[in-house]
This record gives sequence, structure tokens and C-alpha cells, in this order.
Amino acid sequence: MRTQIVGMMSLVRKETTRVLRIWVQTLIPPGITMSLYFIIFGTLIGKRIGEMEGYPYMEYIAPGLVMMSVITNSYGNVVGSFFNAKIQGHIEELLVSPLSEVSIVIGYLAGGIIRGLSVAVVVTFIALFFTQINIKYPIMTLFVIIMTAGVFSLAGLINAIFAKKFDDIAVIPSFVLAPLTYLGGVFYTVNLLPEFWQTVSKFNPILYMINSMRYSVIGISDVSIQNALMMIIIFFIILFFSAVILLKKGIGTRQ
Amino acid sequence: MHALSIKNLSKKYKSGVQALKSVSFDVQKGDFFALLGPNGAGKTTAIGIITSLVNKSSGSIEVFGYDIDKELAKAKSCIGVVPQEVNLNLFDYNFNILVNQAGFYGITRNEGKKRAEQYLKKMQLWDKRKTDARSLSGGMKRRLMVARALVNRPKLLLLDEPTAGVDIETRRMMWNFLRELNQSGTTIILTTHYLEEAEQLCNKVAIIDEGEIIENDSMQNVLKKLKTEVFILNIEKPLNEKPIIEGYSTDLNSPHEIEITVTQDQGINSAFISLEKQGVKVLSLRNKNSRLEELFLDLTQGQTGDRS
Repeated sequence: MRTQIVGMMSLVRKETTRVLRIWVQTLIPPGITMSLYFIIFGTLIGKRIGEMEGYPYMEYIAPGLVMMSVITNSYGNVVGSFFNAKIQGHIEELLVSPLSEVSIVIGYLAGGIIRGLSVAVVVTFIALFFTQINIKYPIMTLFVIIMTAGVFSLAGLINAIFAKKFDDIAVIPSFVLAPLTYLGGVFYTVNLLPEFWQTVSKFNPILYMINSMRYSVIGISDVSIQNALMMIIIFFIILFFSAVILLKKGIGTRQ
Repeated sequence: MHALSIKNLSKKYKSGVQALKSVSFDVQKGDFFALLGPNGAGKTTAIGIITSLVNKSSGSIEVFGYDIDKELAKAKSCIGVVPQEVNLNLFDYNFNILVNQAGFYGITRNEGKKRAEQYLKKMQLWDKRKTDARSLSGGMKRRLMVARALVNRPKLLLLDEPTAGVDIETRRMMWNFLRELNQSGTTIILTTHYLEEAEQLCNKVAIIDEGEIIENDSMQNVLKKLKTEVFILNIEKPLNEKPIIEGYSTDLNSPHEIEITVTQDQGINSAFISLEKQGVKVLSLRNKNSRLEELFLDLTQGQTGDRS
């Protein structure tokens, strides 16, 4: 047990240090991207839109933009780190050690969550230059950020486990994550959509994450907050055990 | 207790290649064991299965009594491995690579730092501790991998061609280090293409060919099985034609160099007597090939092409 804890903490430290060591690559780009979103969608276009669900447009989109950064960065962190370890071969350092699969998953998960949290802090700080943010339920905000970062870290890990070439880690972010995020209600309420598309939107898991965040910050949501939080927890559990089982079976990592 | 006990180990890859066919062998505690074979014979697959990088198809493995199917973590704690291919994190500092690896074996950070210093110094890499692995030469990367394999102070060290591509000086340094390590009680399994290396270092040898063990004995006994040895004799006065020595096959490589094939039951004394009678003075003598190399070629019937 002691071996597992010390080993897991070593991996957590390694992954966390990596995020902070290359901060120019990990923390600055999302800050720049989100500044552009705030300027274009918030200041320039937002003024013409006016209010959304009774809130100034900038204030309405800010939680969604934070969540969008958390999703892309936590996913990118783990998929990049694990796949690089596979390509360079140093994933074997972990595989030959007595570290259990659970410890390995937690180690990578921690790296992704730290990156997600750090990016959330950076983007929130930038948002304060453009709008007021009075967080209504701070503990729920923290919970939603950590769990969402966790869900997408695990998804990134599973992507990296299966990936055999660099194309395999680029496909999901471009063709799945980006469309689902943009259609997940970052910039609008799904109540604006025709009924059919509202129903379709409810099959998009990212909708629940963005609305959880929006609820925790400004207190409104397009979906039931209980259902949304439950959905995040269920996704987290399913992906966590899937990652552990895949590593145990050696899919993508052992011959 | 055996350091390693392998029973009926088989591996069939998805491609259909049968890399190991019911292989069984034991390695005693304290052995310096050579696992030899041509390319694609199954050596790396065997090491991969022992370290759990390759899933076995059937059979059982025990490391210091720990069955890898039941007590994998305990078995892994006993093992250190130097793989054939460089598998370092090329963008991390060399010191961190060792400290992290120690951590993965449950060694605290402070102790890991001490061990990293000890083994980087041992491998003459201490001055490179703050550079990243990609800036190291090929030989330095190999030494770093040896240092990394030692940070958990393994009872069983697996070396898969550890000196491939390193210069002679580094190779000799590593030989000396490995000898010391073995003498201090570490059991070592070595795969190598340098058969001289195996002959110099190892006390036991197993030869694997096409996934089967074809020889497994002490180095001394294995070398006794050598049917013929070829010697090169340097002579004082030049000869124009090869000397005739009754019962021996000879050749004249150059005016000052005779090649002589000696069968196991002949011995070389009578050849010297015959040469002396002919007025040929021998200045020195050496084996044409490593003796193990000759035996290896004999056993594998010259099938040393790449089959991987």
C-alpha cells in the first residue's frame, strides 16, 4: 500500500511539474484564446445581443468559456502526455514498476485536473477585465470544474491508450470535442432552439457540464442541476474504471 | 529458491508468430546468466513477459518465489530492466528520470535523490544530471538506462543487449561494473550479440532458437561441447606455404600467421611439437573467434539471419 501511495504521488508530482514547467504552452494559449472570445463575442457582438436569460451577454457566456477551456486543456494535457510517453517508450518506466493501474490512472488524472484548474483560474482572471463575476455557489463551482476536468482527463487518457499515431489524438478534439462544446450552450441557451434541436442537444454531455458551471456561477441552467451533476459523476466513474480495465488488459500498452 | 523460474512459457502474437514454444528454465540466485540466440529467437519476448510488457499465451513465471499471475507487484519490485531500445523521457532532466523511477517503486523522494546521485556517479553521468536525455550520446543513454534500472536496487537485473552500440571503453567499464554488481549478490540475466561479452561475464548460459531452448548449462559445460576450436598462431620466421601437421587441418593466412583447427580430443600440444620439429617458432596464440561464438554458430546451424 505504501509503495502504491509513494509511487502514485511521484507520478502526480511528475505530471503536475510538467504542466507548470511548460506554462508557456499550457497556461498562456488558453488565456489568449479566451481573451479573443471575450473581446469578439462579449464586447463587440455581445453589446448588440443585449441580454440572455436576463443576464448581460458577457456575464452569461463567461462560465461557459471557462468550462470550454477546462474541457479542451484537461483533455489535451493527458492525451498529449500519455501518448508521448507511449511514442518515446518511457511509459515502460511505469509498466515495469509495481505501480497498479489505479495508481497510474490517478497520476495522469491529477495532471489533467491541475491543468484544468490552473486554466480555469487564468480564464476567470481574464474574464474579470470584461465583466463582473459573483460566484453564487463557490463549492459547487470548484466541484464542477474538478469533475469536468477529471472526466475529460480520463477521456484523453482512453484516447491515448488506443492511439497508434499522432492523427489518432488529433481526430477526437477536432471532430468530436469542438463541435459538442460549441453546440453545448456556451454562447446561447438551448431554449432558443426549435423543440427538435432542444431534444437533440440533451444528448450532448457537454451541455450538462456547461449548464452546471453556469448554475454554480450565476444560478441559471437549461437543464435540471441534479441531473447534470449526476451525469458528470456517472461519466467520471464509467471512464475511470474503463481506463483502469484497459490498462489492466494491456490494450494499447502491452503486446 | 530460484531467482527466476520459467515453466512451459509460450507466446503467440496476434500476427500468428509463435515467439516462444513451451520454454522452461531456471536461474539460480547469484547467477550471471546469458540468454543467447539469433535475432527473432524469442529473447526479448521472454524478457518482455517477465517484466509484464508482453502478455504470455501460457505457462508460468516465478520471480524469487512470487508468481507473476498472483503477486505481480511483489515480483516487479525484485526486478530492474534495461531494454534493448532507448526508452527514456528525452525531455526530462536525467536526475529527475532516476528520482521519478525510484518513486514508482515506492522509494521516497529523499532516498530517491541519494540513489540517483549514487548511480549517476557510478555510470559517470553526474555532470550530466541537469541536462535532458536527448542531449546525451548513444553510449550515455545506455548508461543512463542502466542507472535507472538500478535505483530500486533490484535482486534480479535483466539486461537486453545493454552494450549495443557503445564504444569499447564504455563497454569495458560496464563489464567491470556488472561483475561487481553480480559479486555483491545481484542476479543478472544478460542477452547480447557480443558472445565474447557473455563468455567473459556469465557463469550460466541458455541458447534459444526459434522459440525453443536448445542449450542450458553452465558456461564451462557448454564450452566443453565445442567440437573444434580454431587458433591463430603468430610465427617468428615467414613461411611460403602452409606447414603440414599430421592430424590437424592448417592454413597459412599470411607469411607470419598460421590458422589451425583443433578437435576437442586432440589438444594442441602435439601440433606445437610438430611445428618445433619443422623449425617453426610460435610467438603467440589466440582463438580465431570467441569459443562461445563457434559453439553458437554450431548449435544454431548458421541460421543467424534476422527472423524478427
